Amino acid sequence: MLEINALPNEEKKLTVSEYKGKSLTLLTDKGISVGDTIKISTSDNEFIAILMPRYESADENHIVVKLKSGYNIGIELSKIQFITKVDQRSYQNVSTNDSLLQIRRGGAQHDDWKKEPPPRIALISTGGTIASRIDYRTGGVHAALSASDLYASIPELVKHASIDPEVLLNEYSENLKPEHWTLIANKVSEKVRSGKYHGIIISHGTDTMHYTASALSFALQNLPIPVVLVGAQRSSDRPSSDAALNLIGATIFSVKSNYSGVFVAMHASSSDDVIACHIGTRVRKNHTSRRDAFESIDMMPVALVKGESVEMQPPQQRYVKLQERNNSGHNNFIVKSNFDSRVILLKYYPGFDPDLLSHSIMRSTYRAIILEGTGLGHVSRECIPKIQKAVESGMMVFMTSQCIWGRVRMTVYDTGRDLLDIGVIPLSDTLPETAIVKAMWVIANSNSTESAKKMMQENIANEMTTVTPIMDK
Amino acid sequence: MILAINPECINVKVGFEIHQQLATENKLFCSCKCEETENYKIFFKRNLRPTQSELGMYDAAALFESNKMHTIKYHAAAGSCCLVEADEEPPHEVNREALETALIVSLTLHSKVVDEIHVMRKIVIDGSNTSGFQRTMLIANGGYLDINGKKIGVQTICLEEDAAKLISDNGTIREYGLDRLGVPLVEIALEPVSGKPQEIMQVARTLGRLLRASKRVARGLGSIRQDVNISVDNGNVVEVKGVQQLDQLIKVIEYEMLRQHGLILIAQKLKKNNINAEVGIGDRIEDVTNILSKSTSKVVKKSLADDDNKGVFKAIRVKGFSGMIGFEPYPDIRIGKQLSELVRFYGLGGVFHSDELPNYGIGSEQVDAIKKKLQVVDDTDAFVIVGGQRDRVEFAVDALVKRLKMALNGVPAETRAATFDGKTTFSRPRSGSGRMYPETDIQPIPINNALLDSLSDRIPRPWDEIIDTLAKKHRMNKKLAEQVFDSPYLSLFEEIANSTKIQPTFIASKLTEDLVSLQRQGLDTALLNENMILDAFERLNAGIVAKESIVLIFEKIMKKESKTIDEAVAALGIMPVNEQELQRIIDKILEENMSIVKSKGIASFGTLMGRCMSVLRGKVDGEKINSVLKQKLEQLLASNTGLKTQEYQD
Repeated sequence: MLEINALPNEEKKLTVSEYKGKSLTLLTDKGISVGDTIKISTSDNEFIAILMPRYESADENHIVVKLKSGYNIGIELSKIQFITKVDQRSYQNVSTNDSLLQIRRGGAQHDDWKKEPPPRIALISTGGTIASRIDYRTGGVHAALSASDLYASIPELVKHASIDPEVLLNEYSENLKPEHWTLIANKVSEKVRSGKYHGIIISHGTDTMHYTASALSFALQNLPIPVVLVGAQRSSDRPSSDAALNLIGATIFSVKSNYSGVFVAMHASSSDDVIACHIGTRVRKNHTSRRDAFESIDMMPVALVKGESVEMQPPQQRYVKLQERNNSGHNNFIVKSNFDSRVILLKYYPGFDPDLLSHSIMRSTYRAIILEGTGLGHVSRECIPKIQKAVESGMMVFMTSQCIWGRVRMTVYDTGRDLLDIGVIPLSDTLPETAIVKAMWVIANSNSTESAKKMMQENIANEMTTVTPIMDK
Repeated sequence: MILAINPECINVKVGFEIHQQLATENKLFCSCKCEETENYKIFFKRNLRPTQSELGMYDAAALFESNKMHTIKYHAAAGSCCLVEADEEPPHEVNREALETALIVSLTLHSKVVDEIHVMRKIVIDGSNTSGFQRTMLIANGGYLDINGKKIGVQTICLEEDAAKLISDNGTIREYGLDRLGVPLVEIALEPVSGKPQEIMQVARTLGRLLRASKRVARGLGSIRQDVNISVDNGNVVEVKGVQQLDQLIKVIEYEMLRQHGLILIAQKLKKNNINAEVGIGDRIEDVTNILSKSTSKVVKKSLADDDNKGVFKAIRVKGFSGMIGFEPYPDIRIGKQLSELVRFYGLGGVFHSDELPNYGIGSEQVDAIKKKLQVVDDTDAFVIVGGQRDRVEFAVDALVKRLKMALNGVPAETRAATFDGKTTFSRPRSGSGRMYPETDIQPIPINNALLDSLSDRIPRPWDEIIDTLAKKHRMNKKLAEQVFDSPYLSLFEEIANSTKIQPTFIASKLTEDLVSLQRQGLDTALLNENMILDAFERLNAGIVAKESIVLIFEKIMKKESKTIDEAVAALGIMPVNEQELQRIIDKILEENMSIVKSKGIASFGTLMGRCMSVLRGKVDGEKINSVLKQKLEQLLASNTGLKTQEYQD
């Protein structure tokens, strides 16, 4: 049974639990908790400071304090001659009203929407922090997810929409599983069916955001409104965070886009100016840290948000199928939110052990293999008999390319032709990550291997196109 | 009106914060080179926004900056910038060389190194850091600087990254160069000291020399910056940033003494007049755009034209302040000026106030209309008006009201910027200590005794010893040795002195006195790099150029008339003259002047030398010409009996 760590935006209570061993004993003995003001004398100095949390991975020989100057330092335990609590940490009631008054960026107030109600957007939070508060006292960073927190952090949002935030999950995206996709898809479905919203925004950790985008693209069919995933490559506690502009871009796109579907909205370049909106099945995180890490593969982003306007990229419509927005109707909306995770993604490399393909675990655990082959869709000759056995045993084997850009074409070389002969199914220009998500969805939503194979070769959500445009990479 | 108070009687306290760039090859958090450049090829734009603290409040300074609504354009150059400077990649590990230097400096200043160093983020959203914060770490606490036996306390020693270089700011777009961002700096904060500005300056000079003695710090203009915390009795601490030269520092201290004392005198006078916060400072604020649109003032017209002719003017009533906004306890020190500096921060030109009106094209008709609108009925009431783009004016009005209230307490705590002429101007409210939080991308760095012991062998010799040795070794007087030591060219001097036969005193005077004098003429020493200087002296050593040419070559480069030493030499017409040619030229001059030789004999030497110099100046060393000419003249006279052969005077 999946345990979902859904965490409301309630402050984590500070204790000394981050400390361990000798330092924990000392602090516990003295009744000192993180956040308390303490007085410490060492062999060569004296400090009045606030006890700070310790990193879990750090050693047990130091305690960390914040000096009056704001600096943190570590004090070696063996040097401490005297330590006592001077003042208890006080938990203050947080109010953001003052800051709302203080920060008047963007200028617009709710008054702008007096004549007609603003478009409503549901914001589902799954992890990562799109807005956050820093506790300068302890250095802690907390998610700021109530509507008032959001408007206080990003006041420009008021101009574009009325946002209903909801915290669904609080997970680093590397911890998300197909079960989470189901949960998210069902939550989106609930919001869509309520008929109240112009768009749904999902805030998401960036590492696996493109997998979730793919998953939702298959699970939510005939969406009447846009569903936009958004994240941040610089965390929102930094003044330079990309979170605010990404969220503003996602909001503008959700409100103004003429098309529905599942999209990812992130920075188009290193600059804070244009937000690129990508089709959920054609997007990939291509950089570990840059703001423009997310790129559409083999196509341009479907739309660009510049300032307050949405520029659709018209030529794209020749290559992809986009559905028109229909705010009022969700009659055709279909939700198929189940996934079967019995699929494995294998990347071929020189020295790849063919026996991996015939291992007993493989047969007992998985129903399909997605191969990330070389070039046009190849693996070494030695793999062929093993793959053949796998196929004969009922395993579905699909081919994608580790080149990322371009499509597989297995009729060009002997190896490709041999693989086709033994029943390997080429997935054209489907991205390897999209292919595994699609296979998980197809297996859960088909009643036979044959129909699953057929679905894998059909374009369902723009994951498989017929035209590769000429463009500068 | 000038009060009869002698500024000497003002008790001033000055605390220094010295920021010294380190001479490391690489930056503090990445492997980019620490090299200044203007060869920018990469550009990107960003906006920074304040981050909210747990208390729901934004840092005052951060909010202040964000209110200015700037777009920031960054300029980057390959070699000195990577994704770390662009805030597109997490910081790498702390540069060990820089860390060691900071530890050595701490040991030199008898400061207590912390057991474990934690890198912090200090929020700075003026755009000078791409991340919106400066990474900084506390290295050591306490210690002292010894000045002739007197101990000046050290508060803290930090290691931090330098900020980006401001290129321009037009009020809406601010541009920075990223080459300097991330260069390691040590920041040393000293306990406040009191005394005469001259004595206080000695503290800064001594600390600078102590740092230079380590040979691990960068030299040259901009490599050391002093922030000075200046306060007078009964006033708040004012932080002045951007003091680059010591002679500027004295002027800044003197200016701040007068300014701060003046503000206290104004506050005292307000108090005497029973003015307090309750009387009504900013109790009425009115839009006076229509009234002022009839004015003939160019300034007003320009402000109204702002933002597509949507500029506005607002007037603030200030009860009880009549005569106080323009009141000058010292020349040019008045509230009106403080207000104008304040609104400039919002990109507005300045303020008008009732003490100076009618004037500047604003007539009595308009003044009366403003008074009527503000319901100024009392003679003791004043008003302030400010105009320009609407949102800026609104922010400025808030700030003005706050500032006027602060006038009751004398000196507001604020950060000011030093100007080139040694004054200061408002830059932002003082930021609190509350805007720091941990840099979680970097693990804490434990410092053990073994490391400190190994570094204690590397504590530099005291700077006065180094100067003494320098003087002795190169047979210079102490003053010249000090000048070399204080100049950016100590290593270059040693290199030239050790590798050539040129007199060290000659090298020293060219590198110090002559360069300083060229600089005083307004020329830029930055144009003359160390390789050029070395090249010029090597040519001198080889006899290709003459002593007299050195300064002329430097001048050509610094005047931007030549880009290289070759160009300067060519422009000056310095062609190498070989021995043979020298003989030939002098023979020719003797021949042409035979009549003088015949009539004056050896006494003709002076005239002949003058003629030789006019042809050979800069091409051949004067001494060489002297000796060749002397020899030839003697030979000539000896071979011509009847010519005068008495001793000559040079």
